[in-house]
Amino acid sequence: MVTPESLAVDIRGLNFAYPDGYMALRGVDLSIKQGERVAIVGPNGAGKSTLMLHFNGILKGEGTVRVGDLEVAGPNLKRVRAMVGMVFQNPDDQLFSPTVFEDVAYGPIYMGLSEAEVRQRVTLALQRINMEGYAFRVSHHLSLGEKKRIAIATVLAMDPHILALDEPSADLDPRSRRMLIQLLAGFPQTMVISTHDLRLVKELCPRTVILDEGCIVADGPTSILLADEVLLHAHGLERV
Amino acid sequence: MHINPFDSYRAGDSLLHRLDPRVKFSFTLAFILTISLTPAGAWPAYVLLLAFVLSASVASELGLTFVLRRAVLALPFVLAALPILLTASGQPILSIALGGWSLSVTASGLERFLSIAIKSWLSVQMAVLLTATTSLPDMLVAMRALCIPRLLVAILSLMWRYLFVLADEAMRMMRAREARSASRQGRSGGSLTWRAHVTGGMAGILFLRGYERSERIYNAMLARGFDGSIRSLPLKPLSTAERLILILVLIVLLAFLLLGRMLG
Repeated sequence: MVTPESLAVDIRGLNFAYPDGYMALRGVDLSIKQGERVAIVGPNGAGKSTLMLHFNGILKGEGTVRVGDLEVAGPNLKRVRAMVGMVFQNPDDQLFSPTVFEDVAYGPIYMGLSEAEVRQRVTLALQRINMEGYAFRVSHHLSLGEKKRIAIATVLAMDPHILALDEPSADLDPRSRRMLIQLLAGFPQTMVISTHDLRLVKELCPRTVILDEGCIVADGPTSILLADEVLLHAHGLERV
Repeated sequence: MHINPFDSYRAGDSLLHRLDPRVKFSFTLAFILTISLTPAGAWPAYVLLLAFVLSASVASELGLTFVLRRAVLALPFVLAALPILLTASGQPILSIALGGWSLSVTASGLERFLSIAIKSWLSVQMAVLLTATTSLPDMLVAMRALCIPRLLVAILSLMWRYLFVLADEAMRMMRAREARSASRQGRSGGSLTWRAHVTGGMAGILFLRGYERSERIYNAMLARGFDGSIRSLPLKPLSTAERLILILVLIVLLAFLLLGRMLG
């Protein structure tokens, strides 16, 4: 029996239209349990990123989105954002400070932590991604793989319950990708990964949701969905 | 997920939308030139010019209020003309004592001020009409046809192209910042100075990326054979009807101008 309290994310009847009228999400229902790792897959333009941006209220559609025991709306937004660590697809968007330290410290400082706590959080976050020596490097000049990991550190420093990662492995070389997968596999948080990388899904996520044209067209165990060639093909994916 | 705050173009299929951009551009230039050469206080000429703008407005099918609302942009420029009220010589009609100073508004000052206000308001309306009915690529074609230096046109076109990219980038960065602007108990930390510092850093990063992007764009241009000169395909000639419209409107504007100069 799943009680609402044990759900990390609960989305009911979510519709979202962009200002130009394009319906990006149509009636999405999605529940994610605490500690679950869920992959959201689907073709380009299916609404994956749009859906992810609803987890912390950056976008607001019709319908309800709950994170933990909080509704994602108005006065709760700041607390929701402390709970959901959102890692954007392009780390250049996420890394907006001159140095790695300042970037990782942004979240904790904004949350009002003391300086000692901020420093501790930054150190811990960088340790978690095995990049302790990078604190005073210039974010701008890191390699893409390094930037991706720093982007993850910027949210780990906020100690979120849920990690929402948009295309974490896109454009990474095999070694950086492998490091990232190992890193993510070691995290205890509830995880939602939007991706095209189905091999990563197989390794990391026991559950897969297929999104197409703004609707959830399949939701089930990864081992079954990713073996269904007809289903994958119908939604712009390939069996791996 | 794109923002489009700079595009003043409003898609449509009106007479004005379909008119060749070169013709529209020439009209606008000729109109603004006519207005600036019309002397102060030539009220009947202003009424004719207003009628001209309003007819163009109607022909654009954008709605009169749309153009009038956007023309409010002219207001700050009118402020610059305010000192004329007080500095023109002539018979004072109103005196204001300000401490030890005495400021007087003269009749000729008032006339000149009102003329400038009306002139700038009319000119801006015409420019609003042009930009609302002509897409920027069309406008660039028109500029080229009117022999505006190609380098300038190329700079405008690159600016236009990458302004959106930059604005998108700024928006995505702010979104990522927002996503990490959390609080534990409903109250956020960080001093104002620190927040200003972060914002300053973001602006700096945006500048750096813009700079690096420009280098990449330049390399991509070089890779496709750019040698410093800007070339473009020849334009198709104007049709007879378009030529006729152009000549007709220019004659009308010239008549307005002559009338205005006779009255002024």
